Amino acid sequence: MPVFSKDDTQIWRRRTPRERLGDGFVWLTGFTIFAVCWSQISQATTWFFVWDAPRIAGDIWDRATPPKWEYITQLGRPIWDTINIATLGTLIALALAFPVAFLAARNTTPSRAFIRPVALLIIVSTRSINSLIWALLLIAVIGPGVFAGIIAIAIRSIGFCAKLLYEAIEEIETSQVEAITATGASRWQVMAYGIVPQILPAFAGVAVFRWDINIRESTVLGMVGAGGIGLQLSSSLNVLAWPQVSLILVVILAAVIISEWVSAKVRGAII
Amino acid sequence: MLQILNLSKTYKTGDQALKSIVLEVPKGQVLALIGPSGAGKSTMIRCINRLVEPTGGKVLLDGKDIVTLGSSALRKARREMGMIFQEYALVERLTVMENVLSGRLGYVGFWRSFLRRYPQSDVDEAFRLLDRVGLLHMADKRADELSGGQRQRIGICRALIQNPKLLLIDEPTASLDPKTSRQIMRLITELCAERGLAAIINIHDVALAQLFVPRVVGLRFGEIVFDGLPTELTPDKLNEIYGEEDWEATIETVEVRQR
Amino acid sequence: MTQTSSSHKVGQRWRKPHFISNSTLRWCLAVGAISYLIAAIASVEVDWARVYEGLDRGFDFIMAFTQPDFSSRASDIWEGLLESIVMTVAASVVGVAISIPIGLGAARNIAPLPVYIICRGIVAISRALQEIIVAILLVAIFGFGPLAGFLTLSFATIGFLSKLLAEDIEAMDKVQAEAIQASGAGWMQWINYGVQPQVMPRLVGLSIYRIDINFRESAILGLVGAGGIGATLNTAFDRYEYDTAAAILILIIGIVMALEYISGVVRARVQ
Repeated sequence: MPVFSKDDTQIWRRRTPRERLGDGFVWLTGFTIFAVCWSQISQATTWFFVWDAPRIAGDIWDRATPPKWEYITQLGRPIWDTINIATLGTLIALALAFPVAFLAARNTTPSRAFIRPVALLIIVSTRSINSLIWALLLIAVIGPGVFAGIIAIAIRSIGFCAKLLYEAIEEIETSQVEAITATGASRWQVMAYGIVPQILPAFAGVAVFRWDINIRESTVLGMVGAGGIGLQLSSSLNVLAWPQVSLILVVILAAVIISEWVSAKVRGAII
Repeated sequence: MLQILNLSKTYKTGDQALKSIVLEVPKGQVLALIGPSGAGKSTMIRCINRLVEPTGGKVLLDGKDIVTLGSSALRKARREMGMIFQEYALVERLTVMENVLSGRLGYVGFWRSFLRRYPQSDVDEAFRLLDRVGLLHMADKRADELSGGQRQRIGICRALIQNPKLLLIDEPTASLDPKTSRQIMRLITELCAERGLAAIINIHDVALAQLFVPRVVGLRFGEIVFDGLPTELTPDKLNEIYGEEDWEATIETVEVRQR
Repeated sequence: MTQTSSSHKVGQRWRKPHFISNSTLRWCLAVGAISYLIAAIASVEVDWARVYEGLDRGFDFIMAFTQPDFSSRASDIWEGLLESIVMTVAASVVGVAISIPIGLGAARNIAPLPVYIICRGIVAISRALQEIIVAILLVAIFGFGPLAGFLTLSFATIGFLSKLLAEDIEAMDKVQAEAIQASGAGWMQWINYGVQPQVMPRLVGLSIYRIDINFRESAILGLVGAGGIGATLNTAFDRYEYDTAAAILILIIGIVMALEYISGVVRARVQ
């Protein structure tokens, strides 16, 4: 109670002395942790480079501008590949995330004790690993190329989409499901008439949202060999062809802006 | 036609919602179920079509015990019982026609229902029902564009298109204004008379019940404490069912209306 | 209310009205979508022989998860993980700290127009560029090591948090803030009493969520030399040391799960 007496007068403080001590302790611990981390980073840094950084940055900027606009003719195919990686990957992921979400939702899972934890595990493990790592893994297994990129994006997106979907499924109105059950409908009919219509807006929103993010992620997958514009980026960086690099960055920026615009438009229309 | 024998429902928490209910509903009879909140009215209705699983007793629909049926036989039995809900329970994002036709889900296979290819006889019956309740012009509107009274009428169509023998109606007027409530009750009783349907109407508005139905059953703490004509519902009886209250006001309003 | 008679409807066929009522538009979209899919799938070159070969290796990898090797490269793994964690913590702290003023500046209802434009610009750039790309640039400028990773993650945090914070401020209840203003409070006091209490819970939740994301990102920054466990993972893949790779992935998933759990607990207490 932040009201207490001190020398016969009632005073009010936002925190009691005890709470203040607790707060202080928390802040101190936080600060110490930060200081430790900073010192670790500092130790691993070659500070000479850091002081030299502004000069290097300026140097790179000079070399990178103006971008090499003619290079764009060579980027046609990579851009097409990047869009495909994102789109096909998202489509595959959605097809798989749909059943996984149903298995993971408390109200639709056939078995809370066994199947639900497995579905949740699938979701967590696919979400926790970045698509770049999945790409590395797939390239080691099935070789470089667009196919590896598509599968990498698909795997990563399953967890993301399934999580949002199962949260939507758990929030549906049960009375609609009850009503459809009362007509004598089979389990699948109850799903098609009672559950799916309720989660359609969420589904469409998640799909477009993830596609937008996947466009961004697909642009860099090429850096490890999984196809798309990242390959060009990687090779240009290796030879330090800065004007090409800046052009590629401009193209990536344009792609991101367009995909975000499409995503916002579609999500606005669905609601 | 419907016989309920010693129906009981005890929840895992030890709550005894229904204690050995015995009730018989002959063909074509409409009865009202009244009682205070928590008396078990909703539970009883849901036990009849096993949306809630009874823990004891039998429910015989034309001689067949519903409690012991396996899942596909249960679905067939549910086709014969149409249910109408308090909050209408329409699938909001689907159109009125789809909601009405969803009453035929028990008769139509998955793919036909998924592709919305219902037999023409079902579609015709849907048109006829919508016309009967006065909502044919709204057939392709989304369910969430309708008012409360209109939604309840669609709920009634959905229940009737099943061609049921029995209607289970859970507080149909709880969310409606007084005038619409009367319209809905009138519609329900007229339709039951037209089709020779039996109905169990769970209702909390005693005056409304007395106005429209020929038989009233009162439930209190999971047991039937009254079963008779609406005119037999004296203030004493009502006290037994609901507890102490000034019933004179309620009864008087009914008499005034009936004049 | 006009009543259409059912007698002329009976016998008419009924179909569910289409989602897109304009039939030309519907057909164009359908044809467009199908032709895109065919073109996209056709353009993906899959070397099925290689895939078939790779399945063995893939199987080996899955088996490796059952016997992950934590010991043979234990010191490398430990160093890499520690570096990732250190980077995450430091970047999150600094990122959150800087996001707050930029978030305030990016909220239309608080900031004057020039400040608003600058802040929104920073947010847009941060969000458009993928972390890997930023990491590459920063490594080129600042040299290898966790400093580049730390800066990358901080920059990414700013883009993420400032945008959401600004949106939250723009959506806040005006009346509460107006009341504080009406009492004659100064600008800082207005922020502290009128704005902060409304956005604080969500800000805390989002910050914790961002820590989770930062850790996941930190796992890959090592691939381009910006510090963290990514480099160790890449080496393990290159050397086909699948059990070590599996060990690292399991650790990453474990830490992400732990962070998610903590995040859930903190968010529940704060809301």
